Amino acid sequence: MLVAIRLDDKNPWFSWSYIESNSQTLLDALVEHLYLTAVSIVIAAVIAIPLGILAARSKAAATSILSISGVMYTIPSLAVFALLTPYLGLSADTVVFGLVMYALLILVRATLTGLRQVPSEVIDAAGGMGYGKGQLLARVELPLALPSIMTGLRIATVSTVALVTVGAVVGHGGLGQLILSGFRNNLYKPQIVTATIMCVLLALLCEVVLSLVTRALTPWARRRS
Amino acid sequence: MNPIGAAFTWLNDPLNWTNPGGVIDLVIEHMYLSGLAVLLGCLIAWPVGIWLGHSGRGGTVTVTVSNLTRAIPTIALLSIFPLTALGFSTWSVVIPLAVFAVPPLLATAYTGVREADPDARDAASGMGLSRLQILTRVELPLAVPHLASGFRTAAVQVVATATLAALFNGGGLGEIIARGFGKTIAVGAGEILAGGLLVAVLALLVEGALGLAEKYVTPRALRVAAAQ
Repeated sequence: MLVAIRLDDKNPWFSWSYIESNSQTLLDALVEHLYLTAVSIVIAAVIAIPLGILAARSKAAATSILSISGVMYTIPSLAVFALLTPYLGLSADTVVFGLVMYALLILVRATLTGLRQVPSEVIDAAGGMGYGKGQLLARVELPLALPSIMTGLRIATVSTVALVTVGAVVGHGGLGQLILSGFRNNLYKPQIVTATIMCVLLALLCEVVLSLVTRALTPWARRRS
Repeated sequence: MNPIGAAFTWLNDPLNWTNPGGVIDLVIEHMYLSGLAVLLGCLIAWPVGIWLGHSGRGGTVTVTVSNLTRAIPTIALLSIFPLTALGFSTWSVVIPLAVFAVPPLLATAYTGVREADPDARDAASGMGLSRLQILTRVELPLAVPHLASGFRTAAVQVVATATLAALFNGGGLGEIIARGFGKTIAVGAGEILAGGLLVAVLALLVEGALGLAEKYVTPRALRVAAAQ
């Protein structure tokens, strides 16, 4: 065990001069953080939405998808990165793979929940109006499932922003890299705290932006509530 | 040697299990830290959640707490707490872990008490039970399934999250992975993989055991109701 470090002026909790002299490092870490989050969420959404639709169509698919995802969600993130590293190396791929896995589970569930909530009368009515299966999905079911999918997307994005930091173990943790290296370099507080604040602000920003996007995309939901 | 072979060689060496700081010691430490964190989480979240549910206030509080904690990286708290007055201690690991146990515990305690059957509540008050008696004899028993499922979610999450403590000298089973990452990948791959497997198995075992416990503590009448 290490000994507690004495508080002194060289290691304050917050320091503007640290931020000024390391602005480029902070910016690079922020950009990597955003990049890892965005790539992971896009890949996860592209896989999860069709899987969610499949699960809504078939009970057997739903059971297997939900139970597999439940088991995978239980596995700790560090274990996932540990299991992938020997194969994908100390690379951004390892991080993205792990992040996609967690985001996938949230998004599949959200899609399934959204589709299950579509009232059967609405589906009947659309069928009566002569909608084919594809049209029904594109024009009725998915729009009605959209609030749930967007909620899933918001939760997945915010969780991913926080989870990217664990990628620091394989050298691609965005702002998490600064937290870990700050800790390892004599418990350098300004770096740890600045990176933490940036990370939390980024997550909250994602939350706000996605909430606004959801409002813009689903004007009917707003009117009802 | 391929990583899987190296991992099994590592797992097959009894000394890796029984040595000081071996798997057995680390599992005990891991469960001790996790147990304290869940306990601390329950001590804080249950009274608050139950009170909020009983009084019918605080739906937004539970949502806000879970949204806020979701935005906080675990490794940030695990690295910041040892730098406070707590220093490197059990509590500098347990408190950050407890923070992440609170949202599921709080939300389920709130929902469980809030959603107790209003008819049962009316009947109890008609029978002359006081507000406190209604809480302890009607609302809480009816909330047990919710409390149990929140406990399972929180405990599994804490056991999983506790893995990260090893990166910040906090101990626990993540230590094996951290040691492996401390070497080059060629040398450490087996240890990294073995550590990952052990941690995953531990999390799944805890999930399974608490799933059974959850069934056991749910009163029979509620079990039937849940199945329908």
